[in-house]
Amino acid sequence: MTERVAIVGIGTTGFRPITPDVSYRELIFEAARKAYTDAGIEPSEIDGFITAAEDFLEGYSIADEYCPDQIGAVLKPTHTVPGDFLQAMATGFMMVKTGAFRTVAVEAHSKASNMKNISELIGFAMDPIYNRPLRETPHAISALEMTRYLFETCTTPDQCAQVVSKNMGNAMHNPYAAFGAEIESGDVLNSEPVSLPLHRLDIAQHADGAVVVVLADEATARALTDVPIWVEGIGWCTDTPTLEMRDWGEAAYARLAADMAYRMAGITNPVAEIDFAEICDEYSYKELQHMEALRFCMPGEAAHLLETGVTAIDGELPINVSGGALGVGHLFEASGAHKILELVEQLRGEAGTRQIPDVAVGLAQTWRGVPTATGAVAILSNL
Amino acid sequence: MKLEDYELGGTPLRSSDIKKGNVLTTSWEPNLAYAWDDGVAIGRYLAELKNGRIIGRTCYKCNRIMIPPRMFCELCFRPSDEWVYCKDTGIVNTFSICHINWDASRRGPNEPPLIPAVIEIDGASKGMGILHMLSEVDPDDIKVGLKVKAVWKNPGERTGSITDILYFKPLRAPTKRAKATKKRAKATRKRK
Ligand SMILES: [Zn+2]
Repeated sequence: MTERVAIVGIGTTGFRPITPDVSYRELIFEAARKAYTDAGIEPSEIDGFITAAEDFLEGYSIADEYCPDQIGAVLKPTHTVPGDFLQAMATGFMMVKTGAFRTVAVEAHSKASNMKNISELIGFAMDPIYNRPLRETPHAISALEMTRYLFETCTTPDQCAQVVSKNMGNAMHNPYAAFGAEIESGDVLNSEPVSLPLHRLDIAQHADGAVVVVLADEATARALTDVPIWVEGIGWCTDTPTLEMRDWGEAAYARLAADMAYRMAGITNPVAEIDFAEICDEYSYKELQHMEALRFCMPGEAAHLLETGVTAIDGELPINVSGGALGVGHLFEASGAHKILELVEQLRGEAGTRQIPDVAVGLAQTWRGVPTATGAVAILSNL
Repeated sequence: MKLEDYELGGTPLRSSDIKKGNVLTTSWEPNLAYAWDDGVAIGRYLAELKNGRIIGRTCYKCNRIMIPPRMFCELCFRPSDEWVYCKDTGIVNTFSICHINWDASRRGPNEPPLIPAVIEIDGASKGMGILHMLSEVDPDDIKVGLKVKAVWKNPGERTGSITDILYFKPLRAPTKRAKATKKRAKATRKRK
C-alpha cells in the first residue's frame, strides 16, 4: 500500500445563486480544466475519475453516464458516488491507497438553480409509508432536530443566529461566496418564521458551482508539486434513516465519522491538534451541533466558544472562515468540495484577505442534508 | 439458531386479495421539475436550428468538427475553437425499424413504424451528427450509408428544439431501376 495520499490540484468556478450562462457541462469543464492545470497534469495521464452526483438532483436516471466528457474521462475508469463529495473523495483516497491508481480526479457540482421544486425533490427522500403522507416540508425535519438540540444543550435561538452573522460576515472576504452579508443575530430572529425555531435566515440558500480535485500517491505528488496537501485521515458514517428512532439531539454520524478520521490521522486531542475547520452549517444550529460531535467541546459548550470568539477568523479555532454554507451557499453534493477548497487554499497560504496565519492542519466535515443522517470528515495537512 | 429461524415469512397472496383491497398499499406520484440551462454550446445549436441551420464547433488540435457543438473538446480537453455551419444533409450511420412507442406500447395497425437513425452530417467529422427520425421512405429502402436530407418545420413553427427538424428523408427518390430490382427481390422472397 502506498504510504500517503495528497491533493495535488484543485479547480473551481466559484459559487453563484444562478448560472444561466453556462450548462452544467460547461460549468464542470471550467473547474476540471483549472484543476488539471493547477496540478500540471492532463486528464489523459490521470488513472481514475469519480463524480459525486445523484440522479434525482441531476434530473437524469443513471446520471453517472453523463459525467465523462466534461471531466476528461472518456474511455477511462470512471464511476459515480451518490453522496457528498467527501464520500467520493474517500473512494478516491482508497483507490490511490491500493497502488493501482497513481492519480484520481474527484468532481462535484451543484446546479441547484435547475431544480424547479427543490422542496418536493427533498421530500421525495422521505419514507413513503411513514412520513410522506403527512406532507411536511423537509425544513420541519431540521426544525425538529433543532428543538431537541436546543433542549438538550440549553442553547438558544439567538446563539444559533450568531452563527449566521459570523458566517455570512466571513463570506464578505471570500470571492467565491454567493451570500456574503453584514447582518446581526436580531436580523435572523426577525426574518420570516419557516418552521420554528428555524427562521428564513437560519437556512442556507442554494448556489451553483463546481469543484474538481486531483489526488495522487506520495511519489507522484512530490514530482508534481512543492506544496502537496496531505489527506491525513478520512471517515464517514450513516445513522438509521428511521426518523422515529434516530437520536435527534446529537449528530452521532458526525461523531463516528470524525473518530474514524482522527484514528487514521493519529489525532487524540482535536482542539489542540487542529488549526481550523470547515464544518456543515446548512442550518445555523448545525454548526454548533457538529462542533460538539467533532469533540471540539463538550455537549452544550459550542455556543460559548462562538460567543467568546474562539471560532472567529482571529480566534483559537476558526470555523467556517469561508462563510460556510450560510455564506457560500448550499451546494448539495459539492458541499464537501467547497470545504476542501477552503482547506487547500488556507494550507497553501493562498486564501488572500481571509488567510489564517500559520495553519498546518485543517478539518472538513459535511452532512448530506435533510432527511439524511450521513456525515463525512477529512483532515488535511501541509506537513 | 437454525437458518430457517431467520426467515421472517409472510402470507401467500392471490391477485384477488389485492383487487379486493385485503392488501393495503401506498402510492406516490413524484412531482419533480427541471429546467436545464442550455449554456453556450447548446444555446447556439438550438438558436441555429430555429434559423433552419445546423452549426458545429471545431477543435483545431484534434482536427474535428463536432455536432452537436460543445465549448470544449473532450479529447484534448481544452476550449473548442470556432463555430462552423454544416449542411442539413448526411448519411445514415445506423437505424432501426421500431414497432413500439416511447412508453413501450405497440404501434397501432395503421401507424407506420418509427425509424430512428443516427445521421452523420455532411461537413462534420466522421461519426458525428444527429440522432433523429427517418420518414418518407420505404423501410426496405433504408440501408447504412443512405444519403438523407433534413425536412424542416415551417420557420414560424420552430421553437429552438431538435424537433425543428421534422425528420430526415432520402436525398433522392429511389430510381425506377432500383424500384424494379426491389420488386424482383420481393417476388423472389415470396416464391421461396
Ligand atoms: Zn481536441
